[in-house]
Amino acid sequence: MTDLTRLTASDLASKLASGEVSSAEATDAHLARIRDVDGDVHAFLHVNDGAVAAAEAIDRRRAAGEHLHELAGVPLAVKDVLVTTDMPSTAGSKILQGYMSPYDATVVARSRAAGLVPLGKTNMDEFAMGSSTEHSAYGPTRNPWDLDRIPGGSGGGSAAAVAAFEAPLALGSDTGGSIRQPAHVTGTVGVKPTYGAVSRYGSIALASSLDQVGPVTRTVLDAGLLHDVIGGHDPHDATSLDTPWPSFAAAAREGATGEVLKGLKVGLVRELRGFSDAVDASFRAAVAKLEAAGAEVVEISAPHFEYATAAYYLILPAEASSNLAKFDSVRFGMRADVAGTVEDVMSATRGAGFGPEVKRRIILGTYALSAGYYDAYYGSAQKVRTLIQQDFAGAFGEVDVIATPAAPTTAFKLGEKLDDPLAMYANDLATIPANLAGVPGISIPSGLSAEDGLPVGIQFLAPAYEDARLYRVSAALEALLVDEWGGPLLDRAPALNGGAR
Amino acid sequence: MSEITPDLVRHLGALSRIQLSDDEVTTFTGELDAIVSSIAQVSEVATSDVAATSHPIPLVNVFRDDVPGDMLTLEQTLQNAPDSDGSRFRVTAILGEEQ
Repeated sequence: MTDLTRLTASDLASKLASGEVSSAEATDAHLARIRDVDGDVHAFLHVNDGAVAAAEAIDRRRAAGEHLHELAGVPLAVKDVLVTTDMPSTAGSKILQGYMSPYDATVVARSRAAGLVPLGKTNMDEFAMGSSTEHSAYGPTRNPWDLDRIPGGSGGGSAAAVAAFEAPLALGSDTGGSIRQPAHVTGTVGVKPTYGAVSRYGSIALASSLDQVGPVTRTVLDAGLLHDVIGGHDPHDATSLDTPWPSFAAAAREGATGEVLKGLKVGLVRELRGFSDAVDASFRAAVAKLEAAGAEVVEISAPHFEYATAAYYLILPAEASSNLAKFDSVRFGMRADVAGTVEDVMSATRGAGFGPEVKRRIILGTYALSAGYYDAYYGSAQKVRTLIQQDFAGAFGEVDVIATPAAPTTAFKLGEKLDDPLAMYANDLATIPANLAGVPGISIPSGLSAEDGLPVGIQFLAPAYEDARLYRVSAALEALLVDEWGGPLLDRAPALNGGAR
Repeated sequence: MSEITPDLVRHLGALSRIQLSDDEVTTFTGELDAIVSSIAQVSEVATSDVAATSHPIPLVNVFRDDVPGDMLTLEQTLQNAPDSDGSRFRVTAILGEEQ
């Protein structure tokens, strides 16, 4: 019998629709996989006790002849930054240990409405601050390709869950690369939609002008299918775009034919530097594939991208310092057991409840917003944001998509950059510009590094609202690469033995 | 060389309502000094003729009809509170002795 955990969401959905497989069987198979390997991987912070019951309910509705969504019955992993009524939501922080939300995030509600079965909540850097999941208060997630290495961050749990075949689909959030950089280091697919394309209602806010929720999957088509479920206008999110969107699954299917590459103009950014030789080699080989299939590759200039990381580490901490003020020990979350005024209790609670990276960024943000420094730091960063948007506008006047390696190196060792915040921040140099400008981005596997045999991702960026273009182009490249590899890249990942949860 | 000192870090901790240990103050002072020196490069290109952008996609104010929406019940509102009297959040003293 087929191992149900190895199927793509799309293939599993077909088997569910035809009645060949039940959702209860598919859900059981994934829960068994979690039991078998998650002791090693630690992708999940919480496994859903009600998953099988939810799957059985879908099976009953299907048996009764109800017309169900294409993905109904497919299991889904949910990043712990997204609130859920039936599972705790901690955002990887001790300060929210055991927090039970009175409502579901819109993306979770829409997933449930489509019949997706939540398997559990995935690990992440505390409040999504980090590039390795090492800043989770509940211990790091490990990369399924090499358990001594990081799975990326902040959404390392979601990426590792799909890479380790613990879930076919996952939800992530991307503020500076938290969906795309984990995809790069785990050989999976991650999409950051256009800012406002997917609701953030119920996504515990990190930096509100940058955050975006998106799909984490093993194939481009699966990402499109999930994006179709979660996307679209939501009156509960005031930044949600009131725009009609095409089907991204349809775009992925159309793109897989490869027609889109004929005459496609692909831009490579001259000023984007800092990639390892092996990452650059994998990237160049993928770009050569595009060219051989009829794409025109040109160099473009985006002179302000080199200031993006600096601007980001002013804007993000500034917004985070404000968003995280809500953890006041009064209405929800932890309260330190100390004597004194409400302010003393608040300070002690935040001192005990936040990890070092969260404290570092809140203090940095408070500094950047202080009277006397505001113009020099936060104000300047906002101007850099304008310049980066102008760089994108100029580039997209010349090319259809921009291609970059998704991150500077392959997965590094756990602990390697933990004591060097600036080295950790440099991981996001290729992904941050998209968040600053609000444009969509995707990372898909480009191959394995010749140096260490670990996955490398290629990132495509498109103008705002042109998410469908990313799905078409990525699906085309994915088809060419999978054909060359003779199967999905993840078939080459080592088997995970033991490590029971 | 930025102006990050242990006293400034302690002051920022107080403004942020985060109690910091002496060890944390020492560590953060060094780290923030390095981070601030690095991110200060934004001022190289942020000249006076460049407009600031606060939001990536231009948006106008979003309004809804002024009618009650889906509200949380009292029980839901208090379900995660560290302490309550059943209808209100309960906290320790708001004002200190000398206030």
